[in-house]
Amino acid sequence: MTPAIEISGVTKRYGSLTALDNVSLSVSRGEMFGLIGPDGAGKSSLYRILATLLSPDSGYARIDGLDSVADYRRLRSIIGYMPEKFSLYPDLTVSENLEFFASLFGVSVDDNFDLIESVFSQLRQFPDRKAGALSGGMKQKLALSCALIHRPRILLLDEPTTGVDAVSRSEFWDILSTLRDKGITIVVSTSYMDEATRCQRIAMIDNGRILDVDTPRRLISRLDENLFNASSSDMFSLLNHLRSMPEVIDCYTFGATLHVVGREDFNPDKAMDFLSHSGLPDVRIYPAKGDIEDLFIKLTRYEEQC
Amino acid sequence: MSVFKSLVKKETIHILRDRRTMLITILMPVVLLLLFGFAISTEVNDVRVVAVVDRHTDMSRDLLQRFEVNDYFTFLGLADPADVDRILRSGMTDAAVFIRTHGERLVTQIVVDASNTTTARAMTGYIDGVINHSKPDDLVLTQTLYNPRMKSAYNFVPGILGMIFILICAIMTSVSIVREKESGTMNLLLVSPVRPHTIILGKLVPYFILSCVILAIMLIMSYTVLDLPSSPSVISVVLVSLIYIILALSIGLLVSTIVSTQITALIVSAVMFMLPVIMLSGMIFPVGNMPLLLQGVSCIIPARWYVEAMRKLMIQQLDISYISTEITILLSMTVILLALAVAKFKSSTR
Repeated sequence: MTPAIEISGVTKRYGSLTALDNVSLSVSRGEMFGLIGPDGAGKSSLYRILATLLSPDSGYARIDGLDSVADYRRLRSIIGYMPEKFSLYPDLTVSENLEFFASLFGVSVDDNFDLIESVFSQLRQFPDRKAGALSGGMKQKLALSCALIHRPRILLLDEPTTGVDAVSRSEFWDILSTLRDKGITIVVSTSYMDEATRCQRIAMIDNGRILDVDTPRRLISRLDENLFNASSSDMFSLLNHLRSMPEVIDCYTFGATLHVVGREDFNPDKAMDFLSHSGLPDVRIYPAKGDIEDLFIKLTRYEEQC
Repeated sequence: MSVFKSLVKKETIHILRDRRTMLITILMPVVLLLLFGFAISTEVNDVRVVAVVDRHTDMSRDLLQRFEVNDYFTFLGLADPADVDRILRSGMTDAAVFIRTHGERLVTQIVVDASNTTTARAMTGYIDGVINHSKPDDLVLTQTLYNPRMKSAYNFVPGILGMIFILICAIMTSVSIVREKESGTMNLLLVSPVRPHTIILGKLVPYFILSCVILAIMLIMSYTVLDLPSSPSVISVVLVSLIYIILALSIGLLVSTIVSTQITALIVSAVMFMLPVIMLSGMIFPVGNMPLLLQGVSCIIPARWYVEAMRKLMIQQLDISYISTEITILLSMTVILLALAVAKFKSSTR
């Protein structure tokens, strides 16, 4: 069976800027695939190519076996695309928005209502409210409903949870899981690391290049064993001291503490003694559990050194 | 419901729900028409005149009487020659007439406050007319055709029409398309299976209808409130206006494919299209009076041809055959701009 999405050697340049550099990816059917990377990494360009809005300079993207350039017209009824901003008509009501997007695809709202029922349930209470007057979470659900109304086989979500509160975010991901269970392939980008772990596989993208693709668990477990938390009441000096130590590969702030990536010979107790003797108050160093963010920092640092 | 219908319905909702814009688009033409029709006028009324007479004779008395009874003048009375300069400077009078009697003839001199050249020219003309009327030997008969009462309202109606349609079609259309680009909804329209030309038509048709409504309002007002002489040429007026509306819509579409924010769309449409319409279309300043270079520039401004055609049709009440040049030019401009706009839109959306 052909993969749901197959991207091979895609390069896209805007003038001298290379947005995508020889990107290759494959997403299987029914998979929830995450794209994570900093702003300007090339995520949106990749989405625009998949959504048939942009042609790659070289390479190809195939969705459901259809080429994104040659078969773009047929592709357009297969994919559901939700761009970065919740693109709705703020002066149209909830139901007017939904009906309008349904009519663009030549379907009626009732035909596919079963698919969006779970998303739309809350919105049902105020069908006559203007979309512009909805809360962020509600707007997001309406935008998702509009992207789903033509029963797409592949759903492309570009940072769907940006600007949405935590409760709505977690609800949204529950909805995505049910959609995936219905067999819809989902490609979702996010800048929230906790969301990335809910994907089956994630691709890390930076500077237009794919750094790594794997399951979140495997990516994290591949993290250096020598990851430690470090804290002191003088965090700034601690950071400077740790960075100057030869057995420390990397050290960066992580929430309220510092994360230290040590080499094989890094000994937390020795380091603690050394730092205390250097006059730093209340030094504590203890093993840390790495997560996606550490991974990302590691991958981008590695990238810089290349 | 067909895709096209729902596109038109959506756009109509946009227009109708935007109350303020709606109000402006309907009210502005009406206000402009009334303003130019009644308030702003190049006619000069109540010219204040003083006279300086060296000797009272029957002839001079006769002349003074004519100033007194004429509606256009307010005759202030006789003045001392030494005072005239002071009276003019203080603004108490607009003009002074010196009357001297040489035997059997009157010799007159007109002194006019020309701080406003337009009114000065008109006043001189009026005074000249009153004085020369007393010389039956070299009579000049003047007949003003088409607009016998020289009502300036007639002159402005074509210009206002030319301006309004640029405003509604070019500015509103370009802003509305660019708004969709800015908000990202254009992307959603483009990733749908709907063809680009359907999207464009769905955008243009509601503004076309709105323009037709405004055209109807303007024409009804022109022929009733402003008393423009009605004639069979009204049909030609509508026809030429429809061409012009489509032309303005193409301009709007073209602008929207070039710029990417609403504010630039507004500025580009206003500066590149509104200003030239007002300054160079002949709406206010006659094209013939412009420097040769600007006359050349005015040739590429659609409104110039539209205003010219409208003058011929509405005021001169000529047949449509007299404006074949204007129609040909407007039509070819429309075709070129529309082709350009559609090609540009297609290439930007592939």
